[in-house]
Amino acid sequence: MNPVSGELRQASPPHAQPVSRLLAAGPEAEYARHADTFGHLDPDAAAPGLLNLLEASGLTGRGGAAFATWRKAVATSQSAQKRLVPVRPVVIANGAEGEPLSFKDRTLLAHAPHLVLDGLLAVARAVAAAQVYLYAPAASIPGAQRALAEHPGGRRIQVVASPDTFISGEASAVVNNIATGSAIPLDKRRRLSDTGLKGRPTLVLNVETLAHVALIARFGADWFRAAGTPQDPGTRLVSVSGRGPGRDVVLEVPGGALLTDVLQSAGMDPATLSAVLVGGYHGRWVRPAAHVLAPNGPVGQVVRPGAGVIHALADGQCGLQATAGIVTYLAGQSARQCGPCMFGLPAMAGVLNRIAAGEQDPRLPGDLDRLANLVTGRGACHHPDGTVQLIGSALEVFSGDVRSHLAGRCSAVGIWAP
Amino acid sequence: MTATLHIDWTRCDGRGLCAELLSGVLVRDDWGYPVARGRQGPERTDVPVRPDDLEAAREAVSLCPRLALSLRDAASGDSQRRR
Repeated sequence: MNPVSGELRQASPPHAQPVSRLLAAGPEAEYARHADTFGHLDPDAAAPGLLNLLEASGLTGRGGAAFATWRKAVATSQSAQKRLVPVRPVVIANGAEGEPLSFKDRTLLAHAPHLVLDGLLAVARAVAAAQVYLYAPAASIPGAQRALAEHPGGRRIQVVASPDTFISGEASAVVNNIATGSAIPLDKRRRLSDTGLKGRPTLVLNVETLAHVALIARFGADWFRAAGTPQDPGTRLVSVSGRGPGRDVVLEVPGGALLTDVLQSAGMDPATLSAVLVGGYHGRWVRPAAHVLAPNGPVGQVVRPGAGVIHALADGQCGLQATAGIVTYLAGQSARQCGPCMFGLPAMAGVLNRIAAGEQDPRLPGDLDRLANLVTGRGACHHPDGTVQLIGSALEVFSGDVRSHLAGRCSAVGIWAP
Repeated sequence: MTATLHIDWTRCDGRGLCAELLSGVLVRDDWGYPVARGRQGPERTDVPVRPDDLEAAREAVSLCPRLALSLRDAASGDSQRRR
């Protein structure tokens, strides 16, 4: 198996051209082809030293938050051991993909389910988990069930369906859904690594993160670091969209890739794009410049990939109208349990829609600023803060459009009727 | 170390008692929910409380009709919460 050099193109789902690390076993790989390609992974043999290996690899979560995977695993393991009555943890593979512009996790589950299961079982063994879950959207479950039936450790894993809501993949919503059937976030007074599912220390890891774990367990930390940069090692899957129906692609790109290179690999000419949404609906609009796609670094040079969503604003589309549509959707996806989110998001969507529609009231941007400042930091989950980040980037990147709109013009729509 | 007042937003209903008891620490937003004065980010959910405000904070915890508040004494790690 060769390390990836540069980004490699995958066809969009359902079929993938296997040239990458994660999808090297080809489309819809069954267990025999998976084992031929990668070799068999025995969780009992892989578990000792696995957390040290993950630390050396520098793997971070591919579900959006980019937290160090080994830290989460070690915290869960230690929390389980330091209890007066030791309790064994729970490990959950998170395949919920509520982000409308993301499709890399379902692509991975369709084509490389056994890597995800290998990673899940190895981590579960490493933290001495009592219960192991795979949480995935209903559409991915038949394929996952077939893979579980074939996989040597498949019988250990319980499958739970995730609803198709935006926040269904938020870690505490995952735990809540498995426990109660309600996929809404929990208050974060205590960490899931201390008390999660039924009070057990709980580790929730994105399915792509687990697939990387499965490869690191086989090929080692140095192999993982052969792709990417020292600050952002390895590869990540990205969902690239925006060129119209049927043109969406999943790419595997090295850490620290340039946004412009990724766009070109997806068949787009960055010079023809006015703006790109990176990181999804909780991400940022940026101009299609040579930003580095990485979880950390100075704003302006680096843009966070989040869960790997890259979406180009279509030709002739108004960025403010696109953003107003997204924020309206996000307001509707509030779990309606935290007041500042329940009331603040619809209020922000309202003001943004008025700007997008060309209402000539110069106070509107100030209203939006004030509301954004009011809701941040005030919720059980990141939904209000993520929404505010998106709006902030739109007001910055589309600042010229804001001025035009307030003057009664839109570069995409033309001039509104008086 | 300062103590912190944790607001459980999933419980808070914006009744406003806490903002009355802790008027130097909390104000109410457009919809009546508490906002920590002069705080940003995570300090709006885990609000630092100065020693002078501790007594009022304890009272707010015990009187919150939605049981949405808890006080954590950062020095000891203990927390007080009415159940």
